[in-house]
Amino acid sequence: MPDVPSYLRRGYITPEELFGMIPKPSEERLRAKPVAVPECPQEIPCAPCREVCPTGAINMPTPNDLPIVDYEKCVGCSLCVQICPGLAFFMVHYVGDKARITMPHELLPVPKRGDEVVLLNRMGEPVGTGRVILVIPREKSMGDTAVVTVEVPIELAWEVRAIRVPGGKRND
Amino acid sequence: MRLTEHPILDFSERRGRKVTIHFEGQPVEAYEGETIAMALHAAGIRVLSHSAEKHRPRGLFCAIGKCSSCLVKVNGVPNVRSCITLVEEGMKVEMQRGKETLPKGAKPPAWKDAPRYKADVVVIGGGPAGLMAAIHAADAGASVILIDENPMLGGQLVKQTHKFFGKREQFAGVRGVKIAEILGEEVKKRGNIEVFLETSAVGVFHEGEEKLVAAVRKNKELLEFLGKTLVVATGAMEKMIPFENNDLPGIYGAGAIQTLMNTYGVKPGDRVLIVGAGNVGLILAYQLIQAGVEVKAIVEAMPKVGGYFVHAAKVRRLGVPILTRHTILRAEGKDRVERAVIAQLDENWRPVPGTEKVFEVDTIALAVGLRPSIELLHQAGCQVKFVRELSGHVAVRDGRMETTVQGIFVAGDSAGIEEATTAMLEGKIAGIAAALKAGAASPEWLAEIEKAQRDLLEFRSGPFGRHVLEGIKKVLVGVDGYA
Repeated sequence: MPDVPSYLRRGYITPEELFGMIPKPSEERLRAKPVAVPECPQEIPCAPCREVCPTGAINMPTPNDLPIVDYEKCVGCSLCVQICPGLAFFMVHYVGDKARITMPHELLPVPKRGDEVVLLNRMGEPVGTGRVILVIPREKSMGDTAVVTVEVPIELAWEVRAIRVPGGKRND
Repeated sequence: MRLTEHPILDFSERRGRKVTIHFEGQPVEAYEGETIAMALHAAGIRVLSHSAEKHRPRGLFCAIGKCSSCLVKVNGVPNVRSCITLVEEGMKVEMQRGKETLPKGAKPPAWKDAPRYKADVVVIGGGPAGLMAAIHAADAGASVILIDENPMLGGQLVKQTHKFFGKREQFAGVRGVKIAEILGEEVKKRGNIEVFLETSAVGVFHEGEEKLVAAVRKNKELLEFLGKTLVVATGAMEKMIPFENNDLPGIYGAGAIQTLMNTYGVKPGDRVLIVGAGNVGLILAYQLIQAGVEVKAIVEAMPKVGGYFVHAAKVRRLGVPILTRHTILRAEGKDRVERAVIAQLDENWRPVPGTEKVFEVDTIALAVGLRPSIELLHQAGCQVKFVRELSGHVAVRDGRMETTVQGIFVAGDSAGIEEATTAMLEGKIAGIAAALKAGAASPEWLAEIEKAQRDLLEFRSGPFGRHVLEGIKKVLVGVDGYA
């Protein structure tokens, strides 16, 4: 199978691969307000993101098409991040020399605002630490999934896609 | 070994009253509402039987009553499936050693006619397909009997903590466990559905124009169900692959691990190797992490992830390696899994010498596919065909899910391995079609069948569904223009 895309061999996609398939938001747009970026490169029958988007920013003619976000229409509300069954939507916002990444978080413990957390890349490797600046708990989330926004060094904006929250009780 | 905290599930509300059962003479703490196998696992007991020939230790494998790996003796009676039999105060459970005999002095029950229950439509299987079939047959005007061998409705939905794909009108974005609750409530609301749990259908017979289902309740009581039509939604069972020591306790079908941790809140182990990177293996890895279990790796013989990429991405970013083109060579351990040895595969699917890796794990999850459960359909005389794309032998049917035996319908995984979403749509079609055939529904319901057929086509129109459509074409008879 020579035509297997490398992201399917490894189980993660690189920013280069991703932005070969969908456009990257402009620097200007990233600075204006949070913008939703789907990491959903495969044609799977799924459309809740399009259905939940209040501004019609997600273009997807059939549920099997890839979600393509119109970054100008996106208002950065994070409903797509909350509802996506594949946990594949993220929001990115450049603020000064930091980037704010909004991501789904379905593990315990759920961090609190102000917590310092370990930043993980798409392979689960720790790449630094960041501060939690917003948490939408599961009960208040549109899609039954907690959403966490972390502030990270701007050069990690396209690397960090998960967090590890130190402490917390674990099952024995 | 019992989970106390979980990001999605709350077990404190689910566990019933504490009871004590006895295993090999020792008291074991259990909760009402859980099965024998779950209570034993919670107490750290994994060896449930020994094989007849070589006395090899055996444990739980499928956890849904579909294999014979977990048989135990209960109050002297052998061959009880510990995975679907509920605990009772004072129950005496013993390990099964090979072929056990009935206790001396046991008498067969006195002969009497089995109680007989009648309905327009009988549905076998209370999973997503069967629930939707029952609900829609009832709404279309039929009286319905729904039977399931498990102690609760929902089939495999009850352990699916992830959110479903599809469109929101098809429950997309809703977790499987929640869908099971919703559908269970819908069944309860309807006065014209009668539910029989812990009831295993063992045979389908023809009585005049009607279908007679013989069933056994709680391993004791013979029941008969007579329906004008019948929907078979018996699901699927886990596949096994050959490797050394694949019968060791601690090697489970992926679904069994989900049953342990997501349905009953019992931790399956501490360190797990998963075999298979299809959707089931990938989703399982994520659920294990949610339950606080370490996933050492996922091995996959194919050169690529077989499931949805997004499921792979979410476990990769939590640090779980996915080793494509790798397979398991053997399990090691005395009475239970202590280690797993894997190796890389070459272009001809042969292990490459020198690439062996050892993982110190106490649990191995096999997520190597499912095969449709078609025994009842086969026995009832439905024409059956092997279709690779549908993962096994399936019943030939038409666009309304009617098999080659008039009045017997099929839906869900027993019609071909797919998704819970497609199972629900097929169940809707089969339920309404069965109600129409039984003469209980008015022809307007045809429009609902057609809508579900369009929804199915849309769901299957992507690359994953196209593969299934190829398979369906091979078993579809008597309809034009479906595929």
